[in-house]
Amino acid sequence: MIPLSSPYLRRSNSTRRIMRLVLLSLLPGIAVYAALIGPALLIQILLASLAALGFEFAVFFLRKRPARAALTDHSALVSAWLIALTFPPLSPWWLTITGVFFAIVITKQLYGGLGQNPFNPAMVAFAVCIIAFPALMSQWPAMSLSLSLPEQLELIFGFAPRLDALTSATPLDVIKTVLQKTAGITHGTVQELLMSQNLYGTFAGRGWEWVATAYLVGGVFLLIMGVITWHVPLAFIASMTLIALVFWIIDPSRFSAPLFHLFSGGSMLGAFFIATDPVSGCATPRGKIIFGIGAGLLAYLIRVFGVFPDGIAFSILLMNLCAPLLDSMSQPAVFGSRPQVRVPGEKTP
Amino acid sequence: MLKRPLAFRGGIRLAHHKYESAHSPIASAPLPERLILPLRQSAGRAPEPIVREGDRVKKGDRIAAAEEWISASLHAPTSGTVRAIGPFPVAHPSGLSAPAIVIEADGADEWGEKTPLLDSPARSAANRAALSPEETQRFLQNMGVVGLGGAVFPSHVKLSRAPNTPLQTLIINGAECEPFITCDDRLMRERADDVISGTLFLRDLLEVKETLIAVENNKPEAADALRAALARADAAREIRDVAVMELPAIYPAGSIKQLIFALTGKRAPAHVLPTALGVQCFNAATVYCVWRAVAHGEPVTHRVVTLTGNVEHPGNMEVPLGMPMGQLLALARPRPETDACIVGGPMMGFLLTDERAPVVKGSNCLIARSDAFFPPLEPETSCIRCTSCAQVCPQGLQPYELYWWSRAKNSEKAARYQLMECIECGCCAYVCPAHIPLVQYFRFAKGEVRAAEKAQDMAARAKERFEFRQLRAEREKAERAEKLARAAALQAEKLALAAVTDTDSPANAQTPTTENAP
Amino acid sequence: MDVLTAIAILTLGAALLGAALGFAAVHFRVEGNPLTEKIAALLPQTQCGQCGYPGCKPYAEAIAQGGADINLCAPGGEDGVRKIAELLGLEIKPLAEGAAQKPPAVARIVEDRCIGCTLCIQACPVDAIVGAAKQMHTVISSLCTGCELCLPPCPENCIEMLPVQETTENWAWRYPARVPALPPLALSPAASGENSC
Repeated sequence: MIPLSSPYLRRSNSTRRIMRLVLLSLLPGIAVYAALIGPALLIQILLASLAALGFEFAVFFLRKRPARAALTDHSALVSAWLIALTFPPLSPWWLTITGVFFAIVITKQLYGGLGQNPFNPAMVAFAVCIIAFPALMSQWPAMSLSLSLPEQLELIFGFAPRLDALTSATPLDVIKTVLQKTAGITHGTVQELLMSQNLYGTFAGRGWEWVATAYLVGGVFLLIMGVITWHVPLAFIASMTLIALVFWIIDPSRFSAPLFHLFSGGSMLGAFFIATDPVSGCATPRGKIIFGIGAGLLAYLIRVFGVFPDGIAFSILLMNLCAPLLDSMSQPAVFGSRPQVRVPGEKTP
Repeated sequence: MLKRPLAFRGGIRLAHHKYESAHSPIASAPLPERLILPLRQSAGRAPEPIVREGDRVKKGDRIAAAEEWISASLHAPTSGTVRAIGPFPVAHPSGLSAPAIVIEADGADEWGEKTPLLDSPARSAANRAALSPEETQRFLQNMGVVGLGGAVFPSHVKLSRAPNTPLQTLIINGAECEPFITCDDRLMRERADDVISGTLFLRDLLEVKETLIAVENNKPEAADALRAALARADAAREIRDVAVMELPAIYPAGSIKQLIFALTGKRAPAHVLPTALGVQCFNAATVYCVWRAVAHGEPVTHRVVTLTGNVEHPGNMEVPLGMPMGQLLALARPRPETDACIVGGPMMGFLLTDERAPVVKGSNCLIARSDAFFPPLEPETSCIRCTSCAQVCPQGLQPYELYWWSRAKNSEKAARYQLMECIECGCCAYVCPAHIPLVQYFRFAKGEVRAAEKAQDMAARAKERFEFRQLRAEREKAERAEKLARAAALQAEKLALAAVTDTDSPANAQTPTTENAP
Repeated sequence: MDVLTAIAILTLGAALLGAALGFAAVHFRVEGNPLTEKIAALLPQTQCGQCGYPGCKPYAEAIAQGGADINLCAPGGEDGVRKIAELLGLEIKPLAEGAAQKPPAVARIVEDRCIGCTLCIQACPVDAIVGAAKQMHTVISSLCTGCELCLPPCPENCIEMLPVQETTENWAWRYPARVPALPPLALSPAASGENSC
């Protein structure tokens, strides 16, 4: 087949390749995470992937549309992997599948499929599950916990009572409890407190710092490959650093250092892999920067002052809400003309 | 004066594919038996034929004359007989036919009378006073000189000065930024002296401060040839304000707005002509034609066409206008797996629909297409708003937004996102990972915008005429009523008068009686 | 006390917002076109009367006064209906029955059959026909709106409607076909009934 209209030259690139690069750049993070937490993570990834492909196929089957293109573009796998990486690694199988269902069927396909969803599927899955199953979604195993594979499988697939003893406070949980204490009865800085609970590693939350570093490496790879642009990650990291710095300077006994925040929880994953989702995020350069700043600030505020253990999911969903407006108001100048602020619906002169 | 070329935003680096056709000199195409000359070979109004079937013409004779200012004349590329005037297949993406003059060549290729503008030492290029700009403009219009870069805008129109802005910079566009095309490259290499002479002629005519000849840096031979020719001209008379500039080979460096920015730093806003910025631009091949016309009295009857792609003998040929493209491409021996012919460059050209369609002034390149050279069509998938398109758009547009609205057939909304500023360079579609034929969507939506504008104009005119007609009808009615009233009044008066006389007469009759009474 | 504060705050807020609205109403008032003019601007001005009104403006007036449906204008087509619906905030409806949009056409007088009766000249709403009594008439095709009002009065039936031909000058690029095209969803009446449940 010959294209009807020029250009007749095309760069060899495809959505599939982009998605494959995203998956590839998640591998360092997965490797470090799995090394620390055990093979449970890999099981969750496999489970989520199969569920995602299954749901995609089911939707296309019900719509009587060919499913092949959708199944092979790897976009469902990206959502699935992100769900597996943001959910607690020992969560029961049905929780993961529920999350994938909300991501693929409700958030993505009901809105029209790839490219049409206003919200990030993985983050909707996280938000739905943490509201519906707050206890399960807060059961994070300690990094030092070493369980054998059968034990891990038993926890994910079995009917065994879930042991609270397995779960421990994550570093982010600790800083929240610190904040809730009244000032004056704290013992030194947040860092010292974390150290006393054996939760502080070399420069941030113990163990988590290395997972976050691996995400950072993967994210830089994505930047180099041109899959994402610098705007969102930089704005995200800068805004989170800045707000954390302000609070830390005000009171180091109640607020932890910026570096800790950047390398804890989902900060790095959010900055490079979730806030950069092109479909649900902003598309204009200025819009991307505002999106990143907003996501970084909200993530910090929700994480420190909110009720949830981490703020990435909600901050990104809130910014997803703003993205269309930000986009239409930040249209760049056409070559030769001045930049103009365009209010949606208003006629340009 | 010599600024480094500035980098414009966006654009892409492409594999040049120039060497294949650029390594051999320009050859002369054999004269075909029949030449088909479509009347419309330039922007603006098509010229009107001034020959009839059966007329004998000589090479260079005018066969169609421009009747409006934005129009250019057409000439016979060889001697022969006019065989037909009527619709013939033309090279156009629509595949439709258009009116053309068909000339049967007699093989003698005999020149008619040549009347150069610079016909005596007194009227030489160096003697500015002897030439009025208006005379030159009319001369070039009669010589059929139009932009040979692809837009085919009549060149004489571009010699008019903007009312308030003095021209500062003349740019000679030898960028030839599309891959595969090398006709300007070869022309600049082989006929650099004529190109430079034409450049100097236009420089003197326009009285510009500086003249820049832009050549992409993948054509060092052309740049060197031009510099050497410039040095030869310099030896004859001192030239300080002309320079050859090498541009980085980033597509679309030859696009007018991007070129002006790269060389002068001036950004042309929407709907602003370069002259309003004090800049004027001519294609290198056009400048060559200007010189051939003014100095040698040769109208535009031939042009250099690149034959390349999937062929045995890629190269450039000087081709008489009107030669069927299929016949021309056959000279380069297309390889068996050739499945189509692209007219123009691979980024902005179109597919040839009829091999009988002739070469016209705007045809710069024929590319034999095959899957080995050009990727086959891939199914369009969903846009994920990756913004690759926006990153490469040299016009600073947001193609993903334009696509969104164009696909929804909402051209009003697309126009609000500055659709009409799209130059159709194809960078967006080139990089699109979803294989969306973005340019075709934009061309479609632009057509809708133009149609809507036209309908709006038509409606406004119809309304005006309708209202005028109603006004007239009312006026006529009023006039008629008045006339009737006047007639009625007249009648009444007459009646009254009659009545008066009627009453008078008995009175008159009476009067005597009364008179008689006493 | 708290109640009083709350009332005071709300009152103050209401007063401020009211003042702002009042200010905006006075200072940013838009001298709007009368509705009729706005509707008339969306009609194609063919003056064909196919809507049942004697021209575009009377139809616009009838819509503005609520007397006429918005889907009667055949030359305006679906697009025209959409625009009027958007302007008036109404539901978009399909064109009324019998008001099918025809391809654009212009009238042409078969000149050797014309007897020069001027009836068509009198019928043309936009003065697009020239001629005089006992002289041959001609349609100026660039002014013809294709309203067909000249057809019925012609005693010789010598006016024909020529569809506007596509040439290289007025040709426009087509909408890209999505390849491969999605198979059309075959909705049987029963299936669509299920959907509506």
